[in-house]
Amino acid sequence: MDPLMLRGMTQPRTRRNVLKLAGLSAAGLALAACGVQGQKAQNSPKPEAVKDFWSQQKKNGKVVFANWPEYMPEGQAPLKQFQQATGIAYEYKEVIQENAEFFGKVRPVLQAGQSLGYDIVVMTNGVQLQHMIDLGFVVELDHKQLPNFAANAGEKYKNRAYDPGNKYTVPYTSGITGIAYNTKYVKEDITSIQSLFDPKYKGRVGMMADAQEIGNFGCFAIGVDPEKSTEADWNKAGELLKKQRDDGLVRKYYDQGYIDAVAKGDVWLTMAWSGDVFQRQLAGEPVKFIVPQEGGTIWTDNMLIPKGAANPVDALMLMDHLYQPAVAAELEEFIQYISPVNGVVDILKQKAAEAKGEDKEALDLMIESPLIFPSEEDYAKLRSYRTLTTAEEQVYNRVFQSITQA
Amino acid sequence: MRRRLTPYLLALPAWLWLAIFLVVPLAAMASVSTQTGNVIDGFQQTFTFANYTDAISRNSPQLLRSLWYGAAATVAMLVLGYPVAYWIAFKGGARKSVYLFLLLLPFFVSFVLRTISWGFLLADDGILFGTLKGWGLLPADFHVLATSFAVIAGLTYNWLPFMILPIYVGLERVDPRVIEASQDLYATKTTTFRKVVLPLSLPGVFAGVLMTFVPAVADPINAAVLGGTQNTMIGNIIQTEYLTNAQYPTASALSFTLMAVLLIGIFTYAKALGTENVLEAAAR
Repeated sequence: MDPLMLRGMTQPRTRRNVLKLAGLSAAGLALAACGVQGQKAQNSPKPEAVKDFWSQQKKNGKVVFANWPEYMPEGQAPLKQFQQATGIAYEYKEVIQENAEFFGKVRPVLQAGQSLGYDIVVMTNGVQLQHMIDLGFVVELDHKQLPNFAANAGEKYKNRAYDPGNKYTVPYTSGITGIAYNTKYVKEDITSIQSLFDPKYKGRVGMMADAQEIGNFGCFAIGVDPEKSTEADWNKAGELLKKQRDDGLVRKYYDQGYIDAVAKGDVWLTMAWSGDVFQRQLAGEPVKFIVPQEGGTIWTDNMLIPKGAANPVDALMLMDHLYQPAVAAELEEFIQYISPVNGVVDILKQKAAEAKGEDKEALDLMIESPLIFPSEEDYAKLRSYRTLTTAEEQVYNRVFQSITQA
Repeated sequence: MRRRLTPYLLALPAWLWLAIFLVVPLAAMASVSTQTGNVIDGFQQTFTFANYTDAISRNSPQLLRSLWYGAAATVAMLVLGYPVAYWIAFKGGARKSVYLFLLLLPFFVSFVLRTISWGFLLADDGILFGTLKGWGLLPADFHVLATSFAVIAGLTYNWLPFMILPIYVGLERVDPRVIEASQDLYATKTTTFRKVVLPLSLPGVFAGVLMTFVPAVADPINAAVLGGTQNTMIGNIIQTEYLTNAQYPTASALSFTLMAVLLIGIFTYAKALGTENVLEAAAR
């Protein structure tokens, strides 16, 4: 090579220019390539297309179940039974900790048309599940293959605003957002959401950081049904919640940490999820849970089949398996939220009659607990998250996140 | 020929690394930061620079607070860390490596877990304050968790070793003969420290500040675990905008703003310190 040229190529100045060029072209490439894609589900597929899809699928003898932590008993008995009954091998993965985070992780994969490697995924009704459905990331279910669901699912769990007719999802478990309080510090019976705004609990109130959860409670507090709330209601609720914060009532906006805080006494009363509180009660801690008279929130974690799943038929079979009352009862004994399957309470009663000692006590507690088997009266007070359009979601998040993230 | 090219070939992986993992993502992020849209309809490049003004005006309290927390924690680390580094470097003797190992020992536990265990330690009725309250030494409603102090203390605790190590390296490199010379010239111990040791250790201090201030300002964990209702830091906001709200443009704009502010801060600091070339000082 010509030594002059060599020197030219390796001189610092030139090198920097080359680098600049490389950087620019990389930037250009990135600019051209990026534009974060999104695509509204191509007008949901025709019914025949769904039928065709399912007629082409067959049992593969394998299924991968992606779920939240502490949602399956140790030893995974319900899944083992499934394997024995059907010969389908299962893989169980506790990979979902939060809806938003999970959605953030899977969106690019699904967008690229790739498979997640999961055949069943569990997501809470709410913004992210709505996104999944709107973006066409969820496989429509074939209800012909879900006979147990048809026979045993509770009526309330068949008719939900966020997925009419269970087109895409079937419930895994439900829970209530209400108020928990530590009876060591709170000497009165809490019945109203107004207690969360009571100055005598200054600095001892826990609220949830999640925009939908706190937004719901703000709406209840101003006497509005969150499912039917409007932007004006959100602003009004926001004002109230802001005052609650600025007056120093709120100790902290919690994620999962509220339950330790209320059990330890860092906060005395807090927004809470029913199942967490029940588990603490079993452990003998002085926490009580109520659904406020103004209302509480009911949410549901749902099973769905993500687009590109390798074993959809096996996934349906597993979903249906979990809708047998005996299997559901076994799950319920461990999960301790609300089972969407009818007949669970009778099986638990039978078990309690045969059990002795501590087991019997725990079972009796469960059977009597309104946290696990809410009365009709409780159900009447429960409301769902409001379904938000993308435009509404932005407004809603701004109103309530400006309170929780100050 | 080959010999002349060798250095460049050796550096090639590093350049590629920088290009692929720094330049390309940064360019992509720059592009995203001026897009508009939402996750359902997708985001289009519209060169909407208003994303920046909007994001900054909505989040300026958190941005300023992060800088203040980061600065406070850095100063605390410096005050706590310098004597430790000094002691290990000059009085550590044969056990220096043991002390350094002890310093790094907490890092075998995950960052989040360490912060949460601080939460346990500082709980209102936890082992520390519960006991003190039991003895009547503290009022019943005294608490540290959920205050600015808790967040700054958490940041200080979590990054302290990154302050100590560079200072230690800086001090270690001070030639003992220079100190002897200073003493031979009748300088007192204080003067020796002030005029000889301290200036020679400044590059270490600079590196330490660089390695602690930047991550401390951007950290979302301490504010989330130890903070209260009004201790949100900019890292938390970026995380929420990105993960929860899927508002990628806002998150990118905020990240860039933070990066710009930090770079300006660091270069100003370098100037003030009299370090002509920041990179040189950091590399030393």
